[in-house]
Amino acid sequence: MNRVAVLGAGQTHHASKRTDVSIAGLVREAIERALADARLEPADLDAVVLGTAPDFFEGIMQPEQWLAGALGAVGKPLIRMHTAGSVGGSTAVAAAAHVGSGLFERVLAIAFEKHSESDALWGLSPRSPFGRAFGAGAGAFFAPACRLYMERTGAPPEIGPRLAVKARANALRNPYAHVRKATTLDEVLDSPMLWDPLRRLECCPTSDGAAAMVLGSERAARGRTDAAWVRGAAAMAEAAEIPGRDLGDPDVGRACAAHVYRQAGIADPARELDVAEIYEPFSWIEAMWYENLGFAESGWRFFDEGATEPGGALPVNPSGGVLCTNPIGASGMIRMVEAAQHVRGRIDGGHQVDGARLALGHAYGGASNYVAMMVFGSEP
Amino acid sequence: MIRPVHVVASAITDLRAPTPEVTTAEMAFDVARAAVERSGLPRGSIGVTVSASSDMLEGRSFNFVRGLEALGAHPAVHERHLEMDGAWAAYYAWLLIQTGEFDGALVVAWGKTSEGSTARVLNTRLDPFVLAPLGLDDVACAGLQADAFVARAGLGVESIDEVAARAGRAPSDEIVASPLTRAHLPDLVDGACALVLSAGGEGPVIRGADHRIEPGALGHRDLSRAVSARAAAERARAMAGWDTRVDLAEVGSSYAHQELMLREALALDGERVNPSGGPMVADPIMATGLIRLAEAAARAGPGERALAHAATGPAMQQNVVWLLEGAA
Repeated sequence: MNRVAVLGAGQTHHASKRTDVSIAGLVREAIERALADARLEPADLDAVVLGTAPDFFEGIMQPEQWLAGALGAVGKPLIRMHTAGSVGGSTAVAAAAHVGSGLFERVLAIAFEKHSESDALWGLSPRSPFGRAFGAGAGAFFAPACRLYMERTGAPPEIGPRLAVKARANALRNPYAHVRKATTLDEVLDSPMLWDPLRRLECCPTSDGAAAMVLGSERAARGRTDAAWVRGAAAMAEAAEIPGRDLGDPDVGRACAAHVYRQAGIADPARELDVAEIYEPFSWIEAMWYENLGFAESGWRFFDEGATEPGGALPVNPSGGVLCTNPIGASGMIRMVEAAQHVRGRIDGGHQVDGARLALGHAYGGASNYVAMMVFGSEP
Repeated sequence: MIRPVHVVASAITDLRAPTPEVTTAEMAFDVARAAVERSGLPRGSIGVTVSASSDMLEGRSFNFVRGLEALGAHPAVHERHLEMDGAWAAYYAWLLIQTGEFDGALVVAWGKTSEGSTARVLNTRLDPFVLAPLGLDDVACAGLQADAFVARAGLGVESIDEVAARAGRAPSDEIVASPLTRAHLPDLVDGACALVLSAGGEGPVIRGADHRIEPGALGHRDLSRAVSARAAAERARAMAGWDTRVDLAEVGSSYAHQELMLREALALDGERVNPSGGPMVADPIMATGLIRLAEAAARAGPGERALAHAATGPAMQQNVVWLLEGAA
């Protein structure tokens, strides 16, 4: 694989309803920010990869076709990814493959979701061919996994709510975050229980937003002092309904992490990574993924010790994460954008991890059976 | 230099509709298993799986997650899914082999048009502000394209009838979207296709590939020409170092007039075009394009040059071109 650099990245301001823009305007906002960051024009791009979650969310089939002009893709190759919630990540991975093939110099990765166009809970509750409509959304699907984690590890029940407090405190320093509201532990505990053990403030919002990255070849990065380098990139999946599959610690997450750590030459992620942006739509998921991603034997203790707070040994989601910003199709790419920008020293807002040299971006989706991960480094 | 990639095996379901007795996952399973068996490669040695389908066509969000169950994804595999025709999944798989990270790929695409009203589904593919509310569907877009083409090329409807006749259609007086008649439309079916690509092994070699997209607004396009098909073909030829001569072509002409447009844009002249019958006789949307690649690969004789083309989007908005050389 040829070396791949991050030349620029950007995201929109996220909100529950971005009524000031159409979908075309939303994606354009992220693209223009990424191009400005990369000091490039649309004409400099050789190809475009677009990712978004189910077309049912906006009610537009293959919206990349309608959006071709807004994406700056006319006359160019354009492919469209859909790998459930991991799609923002797998879209960035696909753009990296374009550059890594040696056939493209500069490639745009763009991901979006405009949840205000319809009802995300409906879109997340598909009918099985021979089954009844699930009708309960993602929270009801993932809550039992959280309960499983609590039972198995004996984690104190406040860990989840405290993770939500961390996310909301972090988001206050992120000017793009959707939910920017100082929140106390009592406020989280007093919020209504939606899907035991998940309270309302332990769940992600639904957001309108987009994120974009410009990836380039070694030649395209020549002379640039602010490029980040893709040190690892993988997208993996496993069959969801294998008996005995552990929703609290899925094999696919461990396999994907092992793959990108091997690519990046990482032996001990908790020590070697300077920052991680991981996909945590629900509070307890974050502690689960600390273990799944090999950060610690005990995820909740790792958090309890303060390791993942800003200034800790491995700050996790200094942006406020998915818990504070969740345009589903873009949420995975926001993780990649944030991770890359830390390494480039170009985080907008007050949450830059100073001197970050190695960062992880992570996204998952489906029944926790789709995972996409990238490692970004300050050196190739 | 591109890395030579072989189409080592393929499989296609019976293409028919409706098929209430099978799910899309079952269709995907049948072709994935058959293609892997025919390749002679152990499933675990095929480094990456790339699938393609459309939630909207199946009427169910995350439908492809069920498809994954059928693709041998246990333990976990490197996997990608495109919400596109499978021809683009094959392109991405080919690109992944070009990176050197993978040596082989399983590509699977499926489409089940009988799940609902394809006309209504494809209406939602148009821009949601201007075209979709007008009630345009895929047939109407193709009709506008055909009208622009025959006007520019100075052809009569009988030239379109001749193409349809080769697909076994008698001329029809029933205008569906002027100038297109009932005889000029694709036979929408259900089906799946899988193929195995490998940097080693036997089978036709991919010498060139490229794809391009045109604007989303019909009014921003020259509908009388297959602009992005031509551009993709030119770049694929440059990659292969080929002139325009090929021995056979499988092209994504779902509507009869599109074969004429593609003959012009792809510089096809006298070759065998759509020896499989083409998309007019079987159009399982989302698998249709991958089937063109599989059919071209299966029919390319030793040393023969074959072109495979696929189109997707209203009035062939997006086009991919493959150039294959039959195994010596």
